[in-house]
Amino acid sequence: MCLGIPGQLVELDADNDQLARVEVAGVRRIINVGLLEDEILEQGDWVLIHVGFAMSKIDEEEAAVALASLKLMGSGLDDELEMLRGTAS
Amino acid sequence: MKFVDEYRDPVAARRVLATIRELAGTERHYKFMEVCGGHTHTIYRHGIEHVLPQNVELVHGPGCPVCVIPMGRIDDAIAVAETPNVIFTSFGDMMRVPGGNGTLLEAKARGADVRFVYSPLDALKIAVDNPERDVVFFAVGFETTAPSTAVTLLKARDDGVMNFSVFSNHVTIVPPIKAILDSPDLRLDGFLGPGHVSTVVGNHPYRFVTNDYGKPLVTAGFEPLDILQAIAMLLRQIDEGRCEVENQYTRIVRDEGNPRALQYLAEVFELRPHFEWRGLGFIAQSALKLRDDFAPWDAELKFSVPGVRVADPKACQCGEVLKGVIKPWECKVFGTACTPETPIGTCMVSSEGACAAYYNFGRLHREAAVTLGRASIPVTSA
Repeated sequence: MCLGIPGQLVELDADNDQLARVEVAGVRRIINVGLLEDEILEQGDWVLIHVGFAMSKIDEEEAAVALASLKLMGSGLDDELEMLRGTAS
Repeated sequence: MKFVDEYRDPVAARRVLATIRELAGTERHYKFMEVCGGHTHTIYRHGIEHVLPQNVELVHGPGCPVCVIPMGRIDDAIAVAETPNVIFTSFGDMMRVPGGNGTLLEAKARGADVRFVYSPLDALKIAVDNPERDVVFFAVGFETTAPSTAVTLLKARDDGVMNFSVFSNHVTIVPPIKAILDSPDLRLDGFLGPGHVSTVVGNHPYRFVTNDYGKPLVTAGFEPLDILQAIAMLLRQIDEGRCEVENQYTRIVRDEGNPRALQYLAEVFELRPHFEWRGLGFIAQSALKLRDDFAPWDAELKFSVPGVRVADPKACQCGEVLKGVIKPWECKVFGTACTPETPIGTCMVSSEGACAAYYNFGRLHREAAVTLGRASIPVTSA
């Protein structure tokens, strides 16, 4: 839960600035971006997600590196994606 | 050379390793603690301890949120989960942690309504969808996950979701580091500071490590090269007679952390007078409880929680592993009675636990390291 998974912002919720739709390794879900409300977030930006919350804004290279690390962890990424998928919206 | 070649930038890795060798010399032994379980995972996954010079040793710290929860709290969780009308929600990792009365998975098999969630917000949604049931979220984690629980509680209050509550087991990162520094068991020369926790708390809270204890600390990222660079930065500080909090993970961690997340934490949580940590015992002001304003959403007030202290199984040495006193393979039950399939201790459960990481990757890399040890590592400048 502490490793974080990178996701790309697909759509910011026009009605609720706390929410955004992200794509994580092909899985889409709504996450909470309220902890980054002091940052400027735009469609296409990458964020590091912990337990459904964007915790840090990251660049594309960092996102690729983080995702590659998770893939190396074997079941770690699969488990995360399974959980994401299970609650995807 | 396959071993180092697996690193994303093997040339850079070799260069940093050459720097580490040069700075470490041969005369003294250096012992650094990696506080964070994510770092432990990287270290084993990439066999970092085997490419380091023999006199540079890494020991594991207490930064695995699943690992540090004592058995009694698992029993408390099970007691709440087995309360009539409760839906008990938890991160997957916590489901397999054994307490004195078994695991949450076993409670589920006995009939308790225990459900995995990915996020505390998913637990809140279950509460909204099931207004006739009491939905409890088993909150664990350091400052990395605690802000998420805080935001969820603020939302529960704002939306008036009264059938939702949180069983808080959130812990804070600074007190266990202090407890380890105060412990006579271990002589450390410095710390690899945690990565993602520091995105929230920043680097300033670690100043006591340098100022009061005279040990350098370098906040590090999770790539193998990050770890190697952080080790080189620690050695350089020692070599130059400096003792500072430095940040290797500048691409994510800011010195001031995330002020917004800290503000949410302060709004919802306060420090408990004491909290028990597996292996470290009771540590004052080391964990978070809900403030009085959030009493209606506090599972510890809403339900009958036994709160009985349960001693770890005698054979289990997670405590020593979490303090860095022994390595996973030095535990008597490691890999025999205690495996990821049938864990006795928490360190074998979580993917961030030192024992699980070593069990999954360690032996493989020991063999690889023998091969590597025979080859000399060319120092390439690029």
